[in-house]
Amino acid sequence: MAKITFITTDEAQITVEGDSGSLMELAVQNSVQGIDGDCGGVCSCATCHVYVEPEHVEKTGEASEIEKDMLELDDNANEYSRLCCQIEISDQLDGVILRVAP
Amino acid sequence: MKRSELPDPFEQARVETGFGEMNDQNDPVTMLLRLKDVRKTAHNWKTFQSGAEPGRIVVPSEVNIRDTRQIPFEVDPPMHGEYRKVVEPWFKRPLEEAYQAKLKQQINDIVDEVLAKDSVEVVSDFSLKLQSRALTLLLNTPYEESDVWIGWGTHVFRSEGVALDGDKANILYDYIDAEIDRAIENPTNDLYSVLLNSEVNGKKLTKEEVKGVMILTFAGGRDTVINAVTNSIAYFADHPESLSRLQQAPEITGKAVEELIRYFSPLTHMGRVVTEDTQVCEHAAKADSRVSLCWASANRDGNVFDKPNEVVLDRKVNPHVAFGFSHHNCLGATHARQIMHILLMTLAQKVKSIEILDAKDNVEDLDQFQRKVGFDSLTVKFNPSI
Ligand code: HEM
Ligand code: HEM
Ligand code: FES
Repeated sequence: MAKITFITTDEAQITVEGDSGSLMELAVQNSVQGIDGDCGGVCSCATCHVYVEPEHVEKTGEASEIEKDMLELDDNANEYSRLCCQIEISDQLDGVILRVAP
Repeated sequence: MKRSELPDPFEQARVETGFGEMNDQNDPVTMLLRLKDVRKTAHNWKTFQSGAEPGRIVVPSEVNIRDTRQIPFEVDPPMHGEYRKVVEPWFKRPLEEAYQAKLKQQINDIVDEVLAKDSVEVVSDFSLKLQSRALTLLLNTPYEESDVWIGWGTHVFRSEGVALDGDKANILYDYIDAEIDRAIENPTNDLYSVLLNSEVNGKKLTKEEVKGVMILTFAGGRDTVINAVTNSIAYFADHPESLSRLQQAPEITGKAVEELIRYFSPLTHMGRVVTEDTQVCEHAAKADSRVSLCWASANRDGNVFDKPNEVVLDRKVNPHVAFGFSHHNCLGATHARQIMHILLMTLAQKVKSIEILDAKDNVEDLDQFQRKVGFDSLTVKFNPSI
C-alpha cells in the first residue's frame, strides 16, 4: 500500500492509497481534477501531466525516452514533469506528492 | 495478404528523406512523415499555421468550394484557445455515465440487427448508421435526425468520381443554416442552441461562427468514425482470436482501442501553411507553401513503435498521433474513443466470428503514395456467440 498525494491547480489536496495500476488510474478513480487520462494510459495524450515535488523525484524515477519526447513539446513542462500514466504504483512511491499541471 | 491489412506506403520515404511530395490543384504539399517532425511541426503554430485562407490546410484543398472558416480547426492561438474553452466541456460529455448508457443501447441494438441478417454491407448498413445515431448524442438532438444524415450517404461532399463537389457540400451547409435558424427561434439544449448562447472574449458567437463549429463537427466526425468502425469489423473478421481475447480480458479494451486507431489512422494527414522561409527535414519550406502532418506515416515510425505494422492489441506504450497532436488535437476524440470502446466490448460479448463475403478497398491517391485507408464497401456475415 502506498499513500499518494495529489495537489490540484486550485490547491485542493487529495491523499489516496493504492497498491496496483498506474498513478493516472488512481487519480481518475478518485476524480482528481485535471487528470483526464484520455488515452487510457498509453502515453499518447499528455492529459495526465504532473509535477513531482522536488524532494520526491527519487521515488518516481526518470521518464522513459518516449515520455520525455512527449513532454518536450508541452509548454507547461519542466524538469519535474511526468506523465503519471507511466508511473506504476508500488510501495516505493509511499508518501509521494504530485502537483497536477495546468 | 489479409483483407484487413493496411500496408504502410510511406516507409521508404520516411526512412530515406523524411518527407514526400504531393501536387494538389497547383498548390503542392510537402508531407512530413516522421513522428518527431510531425509533432514538432504541429506544435509550432507560428511557423506552420492553421488560420490560413479557409479550406487551404485541407488536402485536397477546399479553397474553391467554401469560404466559411471552420472553428476551432482553422484558427491559431491565442484565439484558438478561446474557442476551445467554449466547446471543450461539451465535447467531454461522452465521459458521463448517462451518455455512455445511451450509446451502449444504440450499439447493442445495431449489433443485434446485423446478427440477424445473412449478409451486411458494413459501410452503409452498419458504420454509417452507428456513426449517425451516435452523433445525435454528441449534438444532443433527437434520434430521428440521424435518418436525415444516413440519407445523405457516406460521402456528403463527394460525387462518384469527383473528389470535391461544391453542390454536394451545399447540402450540408443548407441543412446547418436551417438548423441554426431553427435553434434561434426555438432554443433547446442541443449544441446549436448552446453555441448561439456562448460568448468568446465577451462577445456572443455570430451565426457564421456557429456554422463554422457545426460544419466541422459533421465533417470531422463522419468519415473518420465510419472508417474506424468498418476497419474494426474487417480486423475482427481476420482475427477471431482477438474477439475471444477481448471477451476474456475486457480490461485491455482501452489499449486495444488506441492500438486499432493507431493502426487505422483514419485521418491520413492534415495541412499547415508555412508563414516564413524555413526548413523541414533539411528540406527548404518557403513562406506561403504548404506542408502536411502525416499522422498515418508517423504512426508506423519504426524509431518509436516496436513491430509498427502489426496490431498488438495490448500495446502498453503507444504514443500515436491518430488524433493529432498539440493545440488542434481532436475535439471529438472522447466521443470517438467511447464509440470504439463500447463497440469492442459489444462485439466481444455477442459475436463469435465474422466472415468477409466481399470487399472493395478505398485507396487514397496521394501522388507519390497510394494509401489504403479502408473500404468503399465491405460485405460480411456476423455469427453470434451462442
Ligand atoms: C476515429 C475518429 C477520429 C479521428 C482519427 C480524428 C482525427 C483528428 C485529427 C488527426 C485532428 C487534428 C487535425 C489538425 O491538427 O489539423 C482532428 C481534429 C478535430 N477533430 Fe477529429 N478525429 C476523429 C473523430 C472526430 C469526431 C467524432 C469529431 C466530432 C464530432 C471530430 C472533430 C474534430 C475537430 C472539431 C477537430 C479540430 C480541433 C481543433 O482544431 O482544435 N473528430 N481530428
Ligand atoms: C467543411 C469541411 C470539410 C469538407 C467540405 C470536407 C470535404 C471532404 C471531401 C470532399 C472528402 C472526399 C475526398 C476525396 O474523395 O478524395 C472528404 C473526405 C474525408 N474527410 Fe473531409 N472535409 C471537411 C472537413 C474535414 C475534417 C475537419 C476532417 C478531420 C478532422 C475530415 C476528415 C476526412 C476524412 C478522414 C475523409 C475520408 C478520406 C477517405 O476515406 O477517402 N474532413 N472530406
Ligand atoms: S493518460 Fe494519456 S498520456 Fe497519460
